[in-house]
Amino acid sequence: MADLLKDLDFFNLDEMLGHEERMVRDTVRQFVQREVLPTIERHFADETFPKELVPQMAELGFFGANLKGYGCAGMNNIAYGLIMQELEAGDSGLRSFASVQSALAMYSIYAWGSEEQKRRYLPEMAKGKLIGCFGLTEPDHGSDPGGMETRARRDGDGWVLNGTKRWITNGSIADLAVVYAKVPEGITGFLVERGTPGFTTRDIHGKFSMRASITSELIFEDVRLDDNARLPEARGLRAPLSCLTQARYGISWGVIGAARSCYHCALDYTKERKQFARPLAGYQLVQNKLVTMLTEITKAQLVCLRLGQLKDANKMRPEQVSFAKRNNVGMALEIARLARDMLGANGIVNEYPVIRHMLNLETVNTYEGAFDVQTLVLGRDITGLSAFE
Amino acid sequence: MKILVPVKRVPDPATTIRILPDGSGIATDNIKWVINPFDEIALEEALRIKEKQGGGDVALLSVGQQAWQEQLRTGLAMGADRAILVRADQPLDTLAIARVMAKIVGDEKPELVIIGKQAIDDDSNQVGQMLAEMLGWPQATFASKVEIAGTKCTVVREVDGGVETLAFELPAVITADLRLNEPRYASLPGIMKARKKELKEIPVDSLGLDLAPKLKIKALAAPAKRQAGRKVGSVEELVGVLHSEAKVI
Ligand SMILES: Cc1cc2nc3c(=O)[nH]c(=O)nc-3n(C[C@H](O)[C@H](O)[C@H](O)COP(=O)(O)OP(=O)(O)OC[C@H]3O[C@@H](n4cnc5c(N)ncnc54)[C@H](O)[C@@H]3O)c2cc1C
Repeated sequence: MADLLKDLDFFNLDEMLGHEERMVRDTVRQFVQREVLPTIERHFADETFPKELVPQMAELGFFGANLKGYGCAGMNNIAYGLIMQELEAGDSGLRSFASVQSALAMYSIYAWGSEEQKRRYLPEMAKGKLIGCFGLTEPDHGSDPGGMETRARRDGDGWVLNGTKRWITNGSIADLAVVYAKVPEGITGFLVERGTPGFTTRDIHGKFSMRASITSELIFEDVRLDDNARLPEARGLRAPLSCLTQARYGISWGVIGAARSCYHCALDYTKERKQFARPLAGYQLVQNKLVTMLTEITKAQLVCLRLGQLKDANKMRPEQVSFAKRNNVGMALEIARLARDMLGANGIVNEYPVIRHMLNLETVNTYEGAFDVQTLVLGRDITGLSAFE
Repeated sequence: MKILVPVKRVPDPATTIRILPDGSGIATDNIKWVINPFDEIALEEALRIKEKQGGGDVALLSVGQQAWQEQLRTGLAMGADRAILVRADQPLDTLAIARVMAKIVGDEKPELVIIGKQAIDDDSNQVGQMLAEMLGWPQATFASKVEIAGTKCTVVREVDGGVETLAFELPAVITADLRLNEPRYASLPGIMKARKKELKEIPVDSLGLDLAPKLKIKALAAPAKRQAGRKVGSVEELVGVLHSEAKVI
């Protein structure tokens, strides 16, 4: 069996990483090797999230790793990207957990919360003692979150929240839901703790993708909240969109891990597997696929490295993140499908990770801004004409 | 307790090693370097002893070039308190390395030295033993279990066909075997903390030691390529070739 976590470094990109960044990557890679790979297929088959890994991931500093203070590791954005890459070489569901905890839930509070909210929640979330989820999407509003129907109305000095969020990662295991809702002034965010009267969750089953990740519906029926449950700085759609930019940044790195794992599987498999008395890898058609994989992964790596440099220099534009998300997820999905094909019948069983990655990447292609929606964002950027607003 | 852990920088065991065309060494471009895995186990043991005792000082020691700082930083990120790099740009043989270490031990006065049983690059398996000899300290090699009570130490070591238990007084040199423990990961907070930890450099020339190599590597060669297996038609044929070709029966 292929070494699923083996590096793919055709251009000696390792030389462009600092030693700390390489250390972070190696730590996550070892963690995935020892703790994730042995059990991930079972979790995927059983539709369970490996919650037992959360304390160790927290101790190693994976949550909110690129945030400063509040018990977070304070790493740079390239190190953060490498964490996502290595986690997703294990499973996209595990990376989703880390993305949601860090870039969506923690970042919402970090960027738009009050000092008191930050002190109260962020250290506990970094420690993994408090699991977060991020509720933006609704049954009738996905790519167009601005159309959301969840509403909060003033009630004395507090609020009453009503509405339904759907497709929410970590929903039913979360201790704290970050929920975006409309108020008369526009869109804002609320922090709803588990157990608040009127707040219930329901898991979505029957998924063929992200089976090792929990996806739920959040239901709010006359949920009474104090005013200090509101994210005071979250004004308008900009607030949740800024979180999505953070998460998309991590996804752009993450999918490289999944693609790399598929590539190594396909390479090793086709070198071993003989048909018509020759290894499959000896045929031109197969080599063409392998070379396409190598090329696309390498290009994606370069995009991420540059994006990370820009982010560290505070010069990254959201459109650049859309570029990376669109390109990298597209390439990863394509590579997973190619690898699936190259493994023949073995490509459909969980003895190899390929089909799992392929199915997971279907979600990654859709969530955090679907592929075509990123196309429209980029189209608007270069033409000045918006095709979707 | 003061513990000294010598660590060596070696190629990652997963790296494919290429020998230079003239056989003088290995190609070092595009190699990933790591702490010698047995030294990592030694460090883990030192950290566990410190944690069990509720305090102490775990210092790393390397004898090598500037680039070796990286592995020392990794060790600091795992939890060592400080590191010493004896800067030596020339190649040194095991005897010279042991001499440098003995000198540093004399200055640092640790109560225990734990080192990997061998380095996975040259597999010499000599430095720990030489060091103990130079210091006149007890040595326990191939340790698979270490227990310390006051100045008394018990080490279980793996020997052919069983285990041997040694008891001795500290200070001593222990060399770590594979089954001693499973090293921890360098956590992200650990990596951040390592930034602020002391990494002292000492030029090897300042130690005034005779480091002239007694050993010369004449040439390196890759192992012969393994022949592919062959299918035989029948049990009779198998027995035949085992007898006539493999000569095992
Ligand atoms: C496993 C999983 C986990 C998720 N986790 C979360 C979470 O934690 N929090 C959260 O808030 N959401 C989450 N989501 C929801 C996700 O973000 C949405 O599914 C996504 O935004 C797409 O919305 P939609 O599914 O409603 O698709 P739609 O918006 O209905 O889109 C369907 C298709 O139409 C295309 N399309 C849409 N608009 C246009 C247009 N104007 N022009 C051309 N094509 C268009 C899209 O590209 C897509 O191909 C998750 C989804 C999944 C599957």
